[in-house]
Amino acid sequence: MVERIQPGDAVHPGHPVTVNRYGPTTRANHWVTAVSLILLAISGLALFTPSLYFLTTLFGGGQSTRILHPWFGVVLFISFFVLFAQLWRANLPARVDIVYLSRIKDVLAGHEENLPELGKYNAGQKGVFWGMAFLILVLIVSGVVIWDQYFGEATAIPTKRVALLVHSIAAVLIICVFILHVYAAIWTRGTLRAMTRGTVTGGWAWRHHRKWLRDLVGQRKIGPAE
Amino acid sequence: MSGSIVNAGPRTAVSNPPVQDMPSYFGEQDLVRRSATPDLPPPARQLTPVAKLIDVSKCIGCKACQSACVEWNDTTPAIGENVGVYTNPHDLTENMFTLMRFTEWVNPDTDNLEWLIRKDGCMHCADPGCLKACPAPGAIVQYTNGIVDFIHENCIGCGYCVKGCPFNIPRISKADHRSYKCTLCSDRVAVGQGPACAKACPTQAIVFGTKEDMKRHAAGRIEDLKSRGFAHAGLYDPPGVGGTHVMYVLHHADKPHIYADLPDDPRISPIVQTWKGLTKYVGLAAMGFMAVGSVIHGVFARPNRVSSEDEENAEKLVGTVAPQPPSQPEERG
Ligand code: SF4
Ligand code: SF4
Ligand code: SF4
Repeated sequence: MVERIQPGDAVHPGHPVTVNRYGPTTRANHWVTAVSLILLAISGLALFTPSLYFLTTLFGGGQSTRILHPWFGVVLFISFFVLFAQLWRANLPARVDIVYLSRIKDVLAGHEENLPELGKYNAGQKGVFWGMAFLILVLIVSGVVIWDQYFGEATAIPTKRVALLVHSIAAVLIICVFILHVYAAIWTRGTLRAMTRGTVTGGWAWRHHRKWLRDLVGQRKIGPAE
Repeated sequence: MSGSIVNAGPRTAVSNPPVQDMPSYFGEQDLVRRSATPDLPPPARQLTPVAKLIDVSKCIGCKACQSACVEWNDTTPAIGENVGVYTNPHDLTENMFTLMRFTEWVNPDTDNLEWLIRKDGCMHCADPGCLKACPAPGAIVQYTNGIVDFIHENCIGCGYCVKGCPFNIPRISKADHRSYKCTLCSDRVAVGQGPACAKACPTQAIVFGTKEDMKRHAAGRIEDLKSRGFAHAGLYDPPGVGGTHVMYVLHHADKPHIYADLPDDPRISPIVQTWKGLTKYVGLAAMGFMAVGSVIHGVFARPNRVSSEDEENAEKLVGTVAPQPPSQPEERG
């Protein structure tokens, strides 16, 4: 299966080679998503357990935390689904994902020489992507059900109880996925610049996403030297 | 019941209050539960539990209690609209803490139409679901005498209490976004007076006193009802919520639901219990595990670094294809 090249991805010869991975709109959108997710997690955790209630002071108290939290959610929902539209194709599952997952020990140990050549995303990244997409959908739907200020009359109390439970479980899961995502980006050195400067080095692409690099080179997505 | 000069707690609503000033006989130090406060110090003393008893069979539906409640609590319910039933307003509101609910019920055994009138309002549960659900420290408190009270300045208006309550009682104000319900007239009880609604009731269908006294009083009423053909007369003090500090005498205690959907066996919803119990502990553990796991991996696994070999390989790969003529590097959108 030949992966469609994401628009904007290109290789620039040089020393080192640089590879465009994310354009400015994707990056901006990613950071809006990131910031809103962090604000959501903090404000949500404040209402999740009494031991973290003190976090409400960051938002100006309990009442304003209650007001702001759902609005952060709306921002996250919109920004994430723009991101989704930009990235979903490259995140479709491929056969190589199974091989990758079956060698998860090598992944954790950083033995990438034992892994197959990967496209733009590995199975872990795809998992984060689809996990986020699913959980954000669950969170926005259950969140609207318990957003009583505007939708209080729309559903009955038994429905709201289920929504509260689902919302809290989904929130726990998305925070776990978030931690995984952030940690993986830090542990895999050279990754963060993809979301700051928009580029990675050729070596990074060679090491982690060789098939993606080969596809870019093979399809002559080669830009000017940098 | 105490009739001494010191304020030692509950009095009936019937007796007139003493005229001299009275200090409040319970307060902050008598809390047995406080919302979102797991480390509340245990109270030093146990107050005599109080209760309000509502004898449904004696109620004439005059709504004097509703008026008294509005009057005492200084609320201003909106002018309603008559839709052909006596229940007015149509539901409890943040300005109407108690509501007479009227039901026309045909008794299948006698084929008689019975007009059931139930005074709805907070039941002051011994195990209050509202308090369990509340995320704001001190927004809901429970005193050792059984009164469950909302402390409005601590309320954040999230409405969790509404979902936690098995009786559908609290209401969130659209004006100040705080939750309201019957206080059991805690401010009156504290200074030796009975609740305003009980005071106003012309038939003494509502009475107030110690929970023990109220149970004894109810037993007498139930005996009387049974002698008059209500074989299933009984006390509504549901054990599923640990008993309540507002109780009913029902002439058909075997089917509470006929009284405008009074729950037959109320208890805190298991969904709410799971949300406030298991989910919280497992959730915190899971998030903690992820965070700690990341740190441990970060410490023990060497960072996944790109080697100079990787860079050379990439350069070789790219070098095999002739680069296009150089131009200005473009920004992509
Ligand atoms: S609305 Fe107020 S009283 Fe009710 S659960 Fe929320 S903070 Fe607690
Ligand atoms: S009836 Fe509802 S509001 Fe009243 S104490 Fe019980 S749970 Fe709380
Ligand atoms: S006890 Fe007080 S607040 Fe409660 S219904 Fe009676 S009058 Fe109203």
